[in-house]
Amino acid sequence: MAQLAAVVGVGQTKYKTKRKDVSIAGMVREAAVNALEDAGLTWNDIDAVIIGKAPDMFEGVIMPELYLTDALGCNGKPMLRVHTAGSVGGSTAIVAATYVQSGVFKRILTVSFEKQSESNAMWALSNPQPFSPHLNAGAGGYFAPIIREYMRRSNAPYDAGIKVAVKDRLHGAKNPLAHLQLPEITMKEVEDSPMLWEPLRFLEACPSSDGACAMVIANEELAAKSPRKPAWIRGAAMRSEPTMYAGREQVNPRAGIDCAKDVYAQAGIHNPRKDLDCAEIYVPFSWYEPMWLENLGFADEGKGWELTMSGATSLTEGGDIPWNPSGGVLCSNPIGASGMIRFAEAAQQVRGEAGDHQVDGAKTALGHAYGGGAQFYSMWVVSSEKA
Amino acid sequence: MSSSAEILSQAFTLGYTYTRSTGPIVGQFLTSLRARKMVGIKASDGKVLMPPVEFDPISAAALTEFVDVADAGVVKTWCWVKEPRKAHPSDKPFAWAMIQLDGADTPMLHWVDAGDEAAMSTGMRVKVRWAEETKGLMSDVNGFVPEAVALLGELKPATSDEQITGMEAPIYLTYNFTAGKATARYLQSMKKGKLVGQRCPNCRNVYIPPRGSCAACGVPTEEEVTLGNKATVESFTIVYIPIPGNPIKPPYVIANLVLDGANLSFLHLLSECKNEEVRIGMRVEALWKPEAEWGYAMENIQYFKPIDEPDVPVDQIGKLIDEGR
Repeated sequence: MAQLAAVVGVGQTKYKTKRKDVSIAGMVREAAVNALEDAGLTWNDIDAVIIGKAPDMFEGVIMPELYLTDALGCNGKPMLRVHTAGSVGGSTAIVAATYVQSGVFKRILTVSFEKQSESNAMWALSNPQPFSPHLNAGAGGYFAPIIREYMRRSNAPYDAGIKVAVKDRLHGAKNPLAHLQLPEITMKEVEDSPMLWEPLRFLEACPSSDGACAMVIANEELAAKSPRKPAWIRGAAMRSEPTMYAGREQVNPRAGIDCAKDVYAQAGIHNPRKDLDCAEIYVPFSWYEPMWLENLGFADEGKGWELTMSGATSLTEGGDIPWNPSGGVLCSNPIGASGMIRFAEAAQQVRGEAGDHQVDGAKTALGHAYGGGAQFYSMWVVSSEKA
Repeated sequence: MSSSAEILSQAFTLGYTYTRSTGPIVGQFLTSLRARKMVGIKASDGKVLMPPVEFDPISAAALTEFVDVADAGVVKTWCWVKEPRKAHPSDKPFAWAMIQLDGADTPMLHWVDAGDEAAMSTGMRVKVRWAEETKGLMSDVNGFVPEAVALLGELKPATSDEQITGMEAPIYLTYNFTAGKATARYLQSMKKGKLVGQRCPNCRNVYIPPRGSCAACGVPTEEEVTLGNKATVESFTIVYIPIPGNPIKPPYVIANLVLDGANLSFLHLLSECKNEEVRIGMRVEALWKPEAEWGYAMENIQYFKPIDEPDVPVDQIGKLIDEGR
C-alpha cells in the first residue's frame, strides 16, 4: 500500500526571455533554494534529488544533471534525471512523488528547468533529419494541422483560441512570476497579431522563457512538521503512445483520456468540472484549452470551446473551473520546467499560497503536462485534504 | 517481396552555436584569463578550487571568495596523445595533464606541449604559455610547457576589460547515419521514381514511408505496396515564418498528405495553389523533379499540387478500405 506524500515546498524563478545574469546552475539553484526556504529546510534535510529537463539540444549541454549535482547539493545522495519531452516537468514530479509514496525516500527535492536563451527551440525542434525532407516548422508547425482538424470537427467559432490567449494573459498579469505581463491585452490585439502557423497567431503561441521550478515532496510524517500547509498528492498517472501509427487519434489522443481516467479514479474524481476547484493544464497554443477540456473530461467531445467561450475557465470572469490561473504556458514557457510549474501551481492553489491568482477556497486541483507529438502525458491531483 | 536492401548511409551534421551565460563565477574566471591571470575560489573547507566553481561540491554552499593562484604548477597525472585528432588543441603529439597550480588545492585539466613523451613525468613542473591574443576563453592558455622552456612570443594586451557574462559555444556533431532496411528499400524505390510503402500483416494498414513495423500492432511489416502519385489533404498549416536552415520562402503550405491506398499521412509542401483555397479533403498530385535529379530522397518530389477531382469526404481520408478479405 502506497504511503501518503505531499508537496511541502515550492520554489520558482521569475520567468524571463533571457536570464543572462546566471549560469544554468545558478538559475536551477535559485528555484531549489526558494523551495527549501518555503519548506523551512536545508540541503541536509533532502534524501534524493530528481531532475527533469527537455532535450539536451535545447542548451547543448549533454547530461546537464551531472554538472548540476554541486548546485543541487547532491553530494552523497541519489540523483536521477527524467526525460519525457515537454511533459518532463510533470513526469519528474511524479517520479519524485512515487519514490516517497513507495517509502524508498522520505523527502525529495525535485527540480526542472530550461534556459531557452542559450539556444533556439524552434531550431532544436526543426533540425534536418537524414534522408528526410526538411519541412518541420517547430512545435507550432506540428500542432497547427491538428488544431485545424479540431476546428473543423467541433465547428468552434474562429475566436475560441483568441479568447484563451486573452484569458491566460489576464491570469498571468496577476502572477508576478509570469514571463508575459499583458494586463491590457484585448481580443482585437490577439486577432491582429501576425499569423505564424495558420490558424495560429503570434499571440496564440507560448513565449520562449528561461526559468526553473522546484518542489520538496515529503512523506506523511515529515509533511506534518512542515511550516506551511502541505498539498497532498491524491493521484498521479502517466501514459504514452507512439507519435505515428495508422488510425491514431491525434485531436483527442487516447493516452490523454486514459491518463485522466486513471488519475481521477485514484483521487475519487467523478465529475472533473464539479469535483476539482481549478486546473493547471499544459496549453502552449491557445486552441489546446478547448481540446484538452474534452480530452480530460471537463466537456463532451466537440463542446470544449463552449466552456471556454462561456468564461467558465476564467478566473477574472469568475468562472466555476478556472484553468491556468497562473497564466499557464501561454505566459511562461521554460519548456522542461513548464510541466512542473503546472504541478507546482496546482499545489500552491490547494495550499492557499497562490497570491493574487488564488482561486478562492481551492481544495482540489489538477496539474497536467503533455509532450512530444502529444504522446506523453503526466497528471496529478493535489488536495488540501488527505482523503 | 524483393531482394534485401543495400545499405544506405549519409553523413550528417547536427550543430548549433549556443549562447552561454557564464554566471558571475565562471564569468570572473574567464575575465581573469583574458587579463592573463589565474584565479581559483575558496571552498567551504578553506581549500582553493581550480578552476573556480559556483557551488561547493561537498557542502553545496554558494562560493564567492576568489584567490589568486600562480600560472605555474605541478603535473599530477597525464597521458600522451601520439596521434592528435582534428578537435585537439595541438596538431603535434602532446600530453593531456592534470596540473595543480601553485596556490591551488585541486588540479585542473589542460594540455602540455612537451615535444616528446620522454619529457613528461608525474611531478614535473610546468608553466602557462599564454596565447598571443586573449579572448576570455580556456584557450587563452595555449597549453602548458615545462618550466625551463623559455617563452619568447609577444603578448598583446587584452582588447577589453569588461566583465565577461556570456560566451558562444559552437557544438557541432558530425556522424554517419545508416538507414534501416525498410527505409533503404523505400529510398531505393524513390530513386527509381516509385512510391513503395509497406502493409501491416495484422491491421492491413499501409505505411509510407515504411518503418519496417506497425506501431499500432507491434509487428514487422514486409509486404510491399506500390502507390500512385495522388493524395488527399488530411490537414495543413500555412507557415509564415522561415524554417531555420531551409531556403523556402514564407508563406508556404505544409500539408499532412495521405497517398491513395495509404493509411498514414506524411508532411510535404503544397504548391501551385492559392493558399486560401487549400482545404481538408482536397485532391493533390506529386510533382516529381526531372529524373536526372532523383536521389535517395523524398525531395525527388518537388511538391504536391491540386488536381481537378472532387474532394474526399473527411471521414474517408486515410481510412482502410475493406478489401473483402
